[in-house]
Amino acid sequence: MELADLYRDVILDHNRSPRNFRRLQSPTNTAQGFNPLCGDKLTVYLVMDGDRVDDIAFEGSGCAISVASSSLMTEAVRGKTEAEARTLFERMHALLAGETGEAEALGKLAALGGVRQFPSRVKCASLAWHALIAALDGAQQPAKTE
Amino acid sequence: MKHRDAADFDVASVRQDFPALHQRIHGKPLVYLDSAASAQRPVAVLDAMDTYYRHDHANVHRGVHTLSQRATQAYEGAREKIRRYINARTTAEIIFTRGTTEAINLVAQSYARPRLQPGDEVLISLMEHHSNIVPWQMACEQTGATLRVAPIDQHGQLRMDAFKQLISDHTRLIAIGHISNALGTINPVAEIVAFAHEREIPVLIDGAQAMPHTRVDVSALGCDFYAFSGHKMFGPTGIGVLYGREALLDAMPPWQGGGEMILEVSFEKTTYAALPNKFEAGTPAIAEAVGLGATIDYLEKLGIEAIAGHEHDLLAYATQALSQIDGLEIVGQAESKASVVSFTLANAHPHDIGTIVDHEGVAIRTGHHCAMPVMNFFGVPATARASMALYNTRDDIDALVAALMKVRQVLS
Ligand SMILES: Cc1ncc(COP(=O)(O)O)c(C=O)c1O
Repeated sequence: MELADLYRDVILDHNRSPRNFRRLQSPTNTAQGFNPLCGDKLTVYLVMDGDRVDDIAFEGSGCAISVASSSLMTEAVRGKTEAEARTLFERMHALLAGETGEAEALGKLAALGGVRQFPSRVKCASLAWHALIAALDGAQQPAKTE
Repeated sequence: MKHRDAADFDVASVRQDFPALHQRIHGKPLVYLDSAASAQRPVAVLDAMDTYYRHDHANVHRGVHTLSQRATQAYEGAREKIRRYINARTTAEIIFTRGTTEAINLVAQSYARPRLQPGDEVLISLMEHHSNIVPWQMACEQTGATLRVAPIDQHGQLRMDAFKQLISDHTRLIAIGHISNALGTINPVAEIVAFAHEREIPVLIDGAQAMPHTRVDVSALGCDFYAFSGHKMFGPTGIGVLYGREALLDAMPPWQGGGEMILEVSFEKTTYAALPNKFEAGTPAIAEAVGLGATIDYLEKLGIEAIAGHEHDLLAYATQALSQIDGLEIVGQAESKASVVSFTLANAHPHDIGTIVDHEGVAIRTGHHCAMPVMNFFGVPATARASMALYNTRDDIDALVAALMKVRQVLS
């Protein structure tokens, strides 16, 4: 178990300068994610154009893993259809659960695969994704990783 | 570099008593700085529990056979050790619980709930552990009473002026932590008890963090209830104590029903056992009580004053060493403080700090420390916290500082 597997360059880069880190003025969908264990809180904003994610952004505070995961997620999901976004969520879920064979289809997101060797950090990586699904579902309650 | 620690305290030999300290984590020697969450156990405690299970175990209070008598003696012997150690008047005042949390819930449900009325108030402080907040919220919700929260200042100290002003004719109970787990602040509990008693208001003290660090004399303090946990003071998990003044405990109804806590049961009427059994329904954590008794012996052997001196030295050393790290902010700088240092480090989230220093063998706590209102007050989502106990050394602090440099390097 190496630290460098967790803090890969892509992750460090996205933590230092998170992409799409802002509040969207008129989102069509939004949801919060809250990890009570570490106090991480974030909000995911979506602008849906019919079935397609026209714009996506996030804000909040969190550890390097959760910020990088959110940032990478916004890049990966922008322009995708809702169904594609949900498939990505499933793939991420599988990756973090330690299922192999997903990495290929995930591109840059595969960098988050190192997290699975750090069980206490898996939820940091999945928080934004749970919030994304909650936003797509139009949920009223904050998404939790529990 | 090797340092000398406080002269009258042989920390090297103390460390030999704690087998868990002597292991490698990720290839590095373990540096355990998370005793405020749960401390490690000395061999004496492990042996006491092992011997009890191997030779003396049976159920307590129930049998005439030899093992049952031995078990009862061991269990009640532990109660007497605790009584003596905290200077309670009688063992009737020592109730075994699962820990601090259960002790506070017992008082909230059995003392407060039957007495509280709409308009009544319970006073706590902003720096309480969740286990000294939520039981009172529940009792207030159940009765229509109001929970009042005394503020703290930027150093993490109770604002005594405001605290006193919040005490009124409506105050029915004050519940206050002796030492804050999130900040290390030592509260002026003797002053609070004296002030409250002038107004005939009972005081519960959450002593979870105080027992491993300071002499606690409940008679001198005069408090009405004092709660603590075995596992924070080098004893077993699953055992703790509620000390209560006998007159108060006597007047309280039992909290849970079952075996052990009865005198006579019929379907028409059940009469309850005398103290302390009235509050100990069911088969208790016997081995854990025995282990807690052994912990008391261990602390007495080392001497709590010598322990406190050693920790004071460590706190000063750690505060100085950590303050020199660029971007490090210590959260909680009370004048009177136990050996706990909560901090934030610029551009590094506590969660990342925790993972990275773990790879250097250093165990610290990161998160809200079950004190979310404290985190909100200081405007941080979480902190990193190094807490030092009798077995820590200046070398441990040096290892922490080096590990924090590594955090810098990894996250830069
Ligand atoms: C100040 C304080 N009070 C109460 C508790 C709760 O103790 P336990 O979990 O052993 O019941 C803790 C432990 O985290 C504590 O630090």
